[in-house]
Amino acid sequence: MSDLSFETRQTTVIQGGEGSFGDYFALMKPRVMSLVIFTALVGLLVAPVPVHPMVGFCAILFIAIGAGASGALNMWWDADIDQVMRRTRKRPIPAGQVAPGEALALGLGLSGLSVVMLSLATNLLAGFLLAFTIFFYAVVYSMWLKRSTPQNIVIGGAAGAFPPMIGWVAATGSIGLEAVLMFALIFMWTPPHFWALALFMKSDYDDAGVPMLTVTHGRRETRRQILIYTILLVPVSLGLAMTPVAGPLYVVAAVVLNAIFLKGAWSIWRRDETIAEADNYFVEKKVFRFSLLYLFLHFGVLLIEATLARAGIALIGG
Amino acid sequence: MAFGKDHELHTRRSGRNLGVAGLLIGFAAIVFGLTIAKVSEDGPVQGFDHVARPELTERGQE
Repeated sequence: MSDLSFETRQTTVIQGGEGSFGDYFALMKPRVMSLVIFTALVGLLVAPVPVHPMVGFCAILFIAIGAGASGALNMWWDADIDQVMRRTRKRPIPAGQVAPGEALALGLGLSGLSVVMLSLATNLLAGFLLAFTIFFYAVVYSMWLKRSTPQNIVIGGAAGAFPPMIGWVAATGSIGLEAVLMFALIFMWTPPHFWALALFMKSDYDDAGVPMLTVTHGRRETRRQILIYTILLVPVSLGLAMTPVAGPLYVVAAVVLNAIFLKGAWSIWRRDETIAEADNYFVEKKVFRFSLLYLFLHFGVLLIEATLARAGIALIGG
Repeated sequence: MAFGKDHELHTRRSGRNLGVAGLLIGFAAIVFGLTIAKVSEDGPVQGFDHVARPELTERGQE
């Protein structure tokens, strides 16, 4: 096979059209940004150092823009596989609305802007962490791990775990134990969350050449890994309960949520494909939906307790 | 009286251009607000006016 024929077979040139403002916004993965905003806000508000509302607003805004920038860089790099997969085919680049070069320019431009502005608004460490997060998601995850190892979800999950830590650092100027535990909570939560999804989604990752654990190591092993990571998640969640940012409400929520999540992971491990197919992956779907609630409630309760504490309302003991 | 009919390109890109204009104005407002917040956070500011100001130094405050 000549080089020319290889090139012809492998690449489809994507040309951008007249993208609307919304198409450029879609490049920034708004749904991911909303999760980043929520967790970064919690990290910022649970920190023991009060932040000026305007500085806090700017910190969250630039963390969100940084996350959006890494999303645009991810879409630029993954345009070829996005074309193949049904779930991502309508994204602005494969749909022909935005040229890949424009996505790259937007990603790089917003990365620089968000890092510089976050550093100026808060501190250099927060800016450095945001820069590292963008680098980790765009280069380490998207360019390197995603297509080379089934552990892509595990290590790449770190990128999604940084926002609460950046929020904390934006307020305090240093990395505390609480920030590390909030990071670890999202980091350990990511694998069981995504692998539960991978079990019931007849995904087209395989067509795109992206190694997923369900394909490379089988569904039995995926079930085992879900249980292992859920067990490892428990001490992280309960460890956060031992820190000053968590109050009695968090302790109760963490105990209940971990008990339910563990029971779900245990059920997934006990089942095999025949049983799962018979009830259309009922348990896997239930655990996936619960995992979303699990993370939302952990951070939600931290936020409620921080807000009550600022308002001078103590839940127990005055 | 209008100078002439808008080029088709301007009509087609008006949404995008208005969006960018809104973002630039928003960015300027954010930088302005942030500046005010930063300046007011550290208390009153005394400018350098080429005149010795003993009260600005630690020894002057003793």
